[in-house]
Amino acid sequence: MIDLIAKNLPALQVVIPLMAAPVCAIFNRSRLAWLIAFVVAIASFAMSVALLGQTLDGGIISYHLGGWAPPIGIEYRVDVLNAFVLLIVSGIAVVTLPYAAKSVAQEIPREKQGFFYTAFLLCLTGLLGVTITGDAFNVFVFLEISSLSTYALVATGAERNRRALTAAYNYLIMGTVGATFFVIGLGLLYMATGTLNMADLAHQITLRGDTRMLHMGFAFVLVGIGLKLAMFPLHLWLPNAYTFAPSAVSVFISATSTKVAVYVLLRFMFGIFGFDYAYQQSTLQYVLLPLALLAMFAASLVAVFQTDLKRMLAYSSIAQVGYMLLGTAFMTQTGVMATVIHLFNHAVTKATLFMVAGAFVYSVGSSKISELKGLGRIMPWTSAAFVVGGLSLIGIPLTVGFVSKWYLVQAALELGWWPVAAAIVLSSLIAIAYVWRIVEMLYLHSPSPDTKAKEAPLSMLVPMWILAAATVYFGTHAALTSAAASRAASTLISTSNIIWQ
Amino acid sequence: MIITDGSTAILLAIGIPAFVTLVIAALSSRPNLRDAASVVAAIATFLVVLDLLGMVNAGQTPSVSLFEVMPGLVISFSIEPLGMIFALVASGLWIPAAIYSIGYMRAENERHLTRFNICYALAISAALGIAFSANLFTLFIFYEVLTVSTYPLVAHKQTDEARRGARTYLAILMTTSILFLLTAIIWTWSATGTLDFRPGGFIAGQVDPALVPVLLALFAFGIGKAALMPFHRWLPSAMVAPTPVSALLHAVAVVKAGVFTMLKVGVYVFGVDFLSQTDASQWLVWLASASILIASIIALTKDDLKARLAYSTVSQLSYITLGMALATQMGIVGGAMHIVTHAVGKITLFMCAGAIYVATHKKKVSELDGLGREMPFTFAAFGIASFSIIGLPPFAGAWSKMYLMLGAANTGQLAIIAVLLVSSLLNIAYLMPIVARGFFAPAPVAAHSLGAAAADDGKRWREAPLLCVLPLCLTALLCLLAIFAISPLYDFLLHVPILPETYP
Repeated sequence: MIDLIAKNLPALQVVIPLMAAPVCAIFNRSRLAWLIAFVVAIASFAMSVALLGQTLDGGIISYHLGGWAPPIGIEYRVDVLNAFVLLIVSGIAVVTLPYAAKSVAQEIPREKQGFFYTAFLLCLTGLLGVTITGDAFNVFVFLEISSLSTYALVATGAERNRRALTAAYNYLIMGTVGATFFVIGLGLLYMATGTLNMADLAHQITLRGDTRMLHMGFAFVLVGIGLKLAMFPLHLWLPNAYTFAPSAVSVFISATSTKVAVYVLLRFMFGIFGFDYAYQQSTLQYVLLPLALLAMFAASLVAVFQTDLKRMLAYSSIAQVGYMLLGTAFMTQTGVMATVIHLFNHAVTKATLFMVAGAFVYSVGSSKISELKGLGRIMPWTSAAFVVGGLSLIGIPLTVGFVSKWYLVQAALELGWWPVAAAIVLSSLIAIAYVWRIVEMLYLHSPSPDTKAKEAPLSMLVPMWILAAATVYFGTHAALTSAAASRAASTLISTSNIIWQ
Repeated sequence: MIITDGSTAILLAIGIPAFVTLVIAALSSRPNLRDAASVVAAIATFLVVLDLLGMVNAGQTPSVSLFEVMPGLVISFSIEPLGMIFALVASGLWIPAAIYSIGYMRAENERHLTRFNICYALAISAALGIAFSANLFTLFIFYEVLTVSTYPLVAHKQTDEARRGARTYLAILMTTSILFLLTAIIWTWSATGTLDFRPGGFIAGQVDPALVPVLLALFAFGIGKAALMPFHRWLPSAMVAPTPVSALLHAVAVVKAGVFTMLKVGVYVFGVDFLSQTDASQWLVWLASASILIASIIALTKDDLKARLAYSTVSQLSYITLGMALATQMGIVGGAMHIVTHAVGKITLFMCAGAIYVATHKKKVSELDGLGREMPFTFAAFGIASFSIIGLPPFAGAWSKMYLMLGAANTGQLAIIAVLLVSSLLNIAYLMPIVARGFFAPAPVAAHSLGAAAADDGKRWREAPLLCVLPLCLTALLCLLAIFAISPLYDFLLHVPILPETYP
């Protein structure tokens, strides 16, 4: 039995949440649905830990779905990079669910809660599937599963604010445009190479050499993923979606969905096209790098002027995606490593902050910044968690944000790109401005006398503080995460070098 | 003393103030016990630091490593002479500052005293962390902890003005530290592969000589706490804080952490010998000199007592930066000694300013006429501390200034000696009128009637509460007695390494 599970671990990672989702819908009882989702999340987390354990030493697990050998059959391919991302996604799911119990109960009508957890599990399935699969078309399928369920999840915010519906609709349109670009890109790649298996794609590309068709495929894929990961200026769906989604959804998607999209980008660019693909090199340097820099500054500046905490965090997310793209655009071991480590670090930080925002929504009924006056005294634990997350966003030492910034600046200096290094530190200074506005509101104002706010319930505080503690723990013991990120980067680079030799 | 193990003592010195924050939080409903906890912690910390001094004098180098944050970057502590001096200043002056805080904050009926005491203790812990850090990485961490932990203190009054001041404070300190200092540190790391402080520095031969002044500039401006012009604005704007906080900022921890870092970088990252050979710090000599003179002139124009003292601090801090930039042994000795003498002098001045405010609610220099006759202890202490800042022998400040001049003479830069002398004259011009007004100017009519009212109560003096006056008399006495400590201090500071180690 155990042996069977161990052998089929990659498939189970996706199949279990997929099978559990309809079960939630069938029972449609809020408590039970929650329990099922939570148990499934824990199971996924355990499996991803096991997978990371198997791949951390550089091993690659190749799992043939249904016994069909690749490149005809679908292959699930796990190396340290996607095992690491699986760990992030399932880990965030595990901490989000206990948090969700109270906040979902408040924000979503009872009869819809069962469906909420169904959509949540489907979203989890999609994200895990995108990450684990070694088949390019399979990526598209899972990407759509996760996107469709995310649209539904965002729309459930309509009970609190009707604008969630337009936000979800916007997201649906933009997301579908992105998916279309992506699938056209895949089609072009298929025309150019005759295969959809990623490893085989890489092999065929080197065999057949560079063609105009390949350029087209690359460009379409890049734009498609760019929409999904909110690459500036394709980010327009993100602020509203994050703002109006229910709190638990904001927490989950902000920490996972853009991260998974960044992973897909890394996998396509370095796993399929390879480091030495000249067309890609110039695209990264002349298109992606400026866009990343622009995102870092423009989105951060916009964040400074927001009046809503969740929207402010959303814009900050766009800026943070800019950092990840920047690390990618360096095209060096340190750069890719900085991207991968920032995937983790930003997931932890942003999840903490959105949990804080959700706790404010729960207690105050709003995430408007002006209504947070003096909450530092009334909700000390929630506010303190915000300070921890905020410091990490700025990149103060002892937090994970500092570790990311350290590697990013180091990567820039290694290449001798001084202006870029300066841009990284300069843009992180803008974070001081938007974080400190909130801190001042929380601590340096007196609460309004007729406030009924009180500290968030324990079931929200505990997950929040688990993540806040992780922010500090992995900020002070970054050897763990940096080892994983460094190996992930090396794996990508070594596979990519094999491609072009 | 009791503790014989160096690493335990280091952890205790940093840990006692950090731990006492928990005690303070637990005692928040019992004000007397809570405030006593601060004082007890201050004394305990000082005793531990003294214990460490004993070990260092016995020729040991206490050190301890905690854990690895990122591969190759370790939190570790190790004690050398400069750090020892700074730790003594920070922990030693915490005692009078803690006592003074009780008197001042209670007389002013300030609220949120638990938060105040917690942040104060945290700041001391961070300052000791800076003092003992064995590498740039550790130093940077505690440097930022110090910034963040002092922010609530500056904003303490929670008025609009306090919020604005605190915002400037945080913005400048954090901007400089992230923009310049962090960049400098990462550059150093990628160029040399190490961040460990090493006698004689480790930059030589690793960084393109043409870029060494640039790297030095990143450090010099990045250490915003040293308030080198043009990044000094945070210091005057932090004046909105309650006076005990000003004392902490100006004397005990914050600015001293800045100039200490400056010296430490000069001696243990660049190396004094390397700096003097390459002339990389020559520009800094002139910038520091300009900073000394300009800040003194601005101080002259300020009527607000605390603002005047703040600009005086900006000027005096540049003495220390100057000492480093001169890149001679005497410059370093003078700079390090000035950390001590300025701290003792400036804490007295600030505590006096606070005492005047508590007793009379007067903030402006022009309002102080005749007050000295009503507050003789406070004004006498102010006078003594002023003499020390001016550099009048035999008061403490004279000796550090003398060594700085010696340092300037050693490099043959007579113009710098002139700068120091002119600065002394300016010091007289902005400090002496305060004392003179207090003792010799006739009291204004309104104050007379007040004074008469006081006389009706049968009191001749209107001093601030005892807990305010006692600490400032104590530190004024230190300014006088420091003359006996100068010679051992000088001998101690000669151990600061100038040349690189010859062995690998």
